This record gives sequence, C-alpha cells and structure tokens, in this order.
Amino acid sequence: MKNIFFATIVALYPLAGLAEVAITDPWARASILASRPAAAYLTFESDVDDRLVGITTPIAETATIHAMEIVSDGGARMTAIEALDLPAGQLVKLEPGYIHLMLMGLTNKLEENTSFALTLQFETGGEVTLDVPVLGIAATGPEEASQ
Amino acid sequence: MSPEPNELHSRTRLLRSVLWGAVIAALAGVTIYFSLGKYLGNRSYDVRYSGEADIRSEFSLTDHTGQAVTQADYSDRWQMVFFGFTYCPDVCPTTLAYLASVLDLLGEDADRVAPIFITVDPVRDTVPIMAEYVSVFHPRLIGLTGTEAQVDEAARNFRTWYERTEDDSAPDGYFMAHGGYIYLMRPNGEFEAVYLEGDQPPETLAGEILSRIDAEA
Repeated sequence: MKNIFFATIVALYPLAGLAEVAITDPWARASILASRPAAAYLTFESDVDDRLVGITTPIAETATIHAMEIVSDGGARMTAIEALDLPAGQLVKLEPGYIHLMLMGLTNKLEENTSFALTLQFETGGEVTLDVPVLGIAATGPEEASQ
Repeated sequence: MSPEPNELHSRTRLLRSVLWGAVIAALAGVTIYFSLGKYLGNRSYDVRYSGEADIRSEFSLTDHTGQAVTQADYSDRWQMVFFGFTYCPDVCPTTLAYLASVLDLLGEDADRVAPIFITVDPVRDTVPIMAEYVSVFHPRLIGLTGTEAQVDEAARNFRTWYERTEDDSAPDGYFMAHGGYIYLMRPNGEFEAVYLEGDQPPETLAGEILSRIDAEA
C-alpha cells in the first residue's frame, strides 16, 4: 500500500488552490543511540514550483534538510540547506547518500517498527503532517521498494 | 642647497626607470601568479589516488573492547576498512549495514576478512560508544578509535580524507565530512581495491572479495 499525503491550503491561498505537494514513501532508519542524529527520507512531487521550508517533529529538537556536496575526489560533505526546491511536476526523492532530513536532539532513539509524526511546511503548499515508519538499521529504501 | 637642474633631471629619470621597472615586475608577478593559480586550480586541489602502493593499512588504535591494536593484529586476514563516525546518520549506517550484508553473504569465509570501522571523530566516539554502535551492525564488526593524532595518522596512511566543519546547527557545533570508500586491504596491509556502497549490490562485493582472496590462496 502506498500512502500519499497531500499538502493543500485552499483557504489561505484561494488563487493557489491547486497547489499540491504529493508526498510518498516516508521512512526513517532505526537509530542506535539517542544522542546521535537520525535520518528520514521521503519523495515529493509538487504540481507547482514550491519549496520545502520547514520541518518539525515532536521526537526531535531540530530537523534540517541535509544534502550531499562533493568537495573533492572521494570527499563528500553533508551540508544543511535552508530550503529544498520542488520544481513543478518533478519527483524529488530523498535517499541515502543524497539528501536526507536530519533529526537532532532525539528524545529517544528511533526503534524499528514504530513511527512518528513529521510536519512539513511548504512555501506555497501550506503545511502537512504525516506518519513516518521507522525501518531497520539496514534499510536502504522505503518498505515498498525493499519488498 | 638645491640640486643643479641637470642632477634633478637625471634623478627624475632614475626614479622613473625604477618605477617602471617595479610596474613591469609587478605585472609579471601577477601574470605568473594567475597562470600558476589556473594551472594548480585544475590539478592539485583534487585528491588523487595514483600510486596505489601509497595506500597502506598502518595504524595504532584502540578497538571497541578497549584493546590497543595495530594492523599486525589482523595480519592473518584481509581487511575491509571504512572511515566514518557515529554522529553520521546517513552514509555511515548505510555503508556499515551494507558491510554487514557482505559479511553474512561471505558465510564461513567471513573469517578470512576483518571488517574494520575507524572513527574520524574520536573525541565523541569513545570505546563504549563504539562498542554499542558496532554491535548493532554485525557481531564481527570491529570499531577502532584513539587519540586525534592516532586517527589522523591512520587516515593519512590510508590516504583518506576527512574534515571538521564548524556549524552552529550541528550537535556540539560541528560536523565531520569524510570519504565514503570501503578499502579492501591485503593481510600484509597493502592496498587491494576500493569500493563504494552504492556501486554494487552486496552479493557482487562478497563475490568479488572472495575471488580476490582465492586468487592468492
């Protein structure tokens, strides 16, 4: 089963009433120590140019977007980016080694087979809260893909 | 006493040629500087792994059980070595879980390879932290930490790269960046090959490692 979450905000933006961001395949990797950050991944598709501008979750103090930046041959650095561009009609897929949501200051370590709420704020698409399943430590993709 | 007009004239000429000389020298300097910069910019800022013999497994570190170890402690086996740190939520767990799959696929042949995870963040990755961390991935996984100087030396011998980036949004105010390679090293510590997690499924890497080991047996 594939859950699709739609972020729409018709009331506040009557003219942008069609602005929708489809969010699929949310997942996070189980973490080992609560003192260490965890990573969450999802896939976006917006029907208008939009940007992911904010992330909050009750299980972590802060959540930021981290993208891989190649700094030299064989060197790569994860850097926090303030917003994630979601060009109209384009699939933007967060995945290991590329882009992830970094959750820091966890209240507890992420346990496999649990889930947590994640709230995403979009520049024009409004706000949406979804449930993110926690997969095993060895997971490399969402449940659908790994089966 | 004021100088004679003639003397003044020759002094002005001298000064003028000195100044022009300086201008020409400066222009030449700037030209050389920029051409060199351009030349170097295309080359030396890249880390290149030429001269494979340079990469060697040589270290003096502490394993996750608190034992002081060197590469000699693993000289009866090949080594799979990965540099990372436990604050890394993305590439490190992905690569370590991948190494764990490779070990499972090797089955009994896993005895012939020492899987080693060396932290580049030894200040935070202490022995107990490493012990808890590596045990989650695989019972065979060996976690190594040490002093900053020891880790630096190990990274230098492997010709791997890591860097500390100050960032206020990071836990403790910094992130570590590091090369994501898995090094396959021979029992004598010499370099054999490097792999990246995303480049091949674990089955392929397990087969590849086994065929390289068997070729020597």
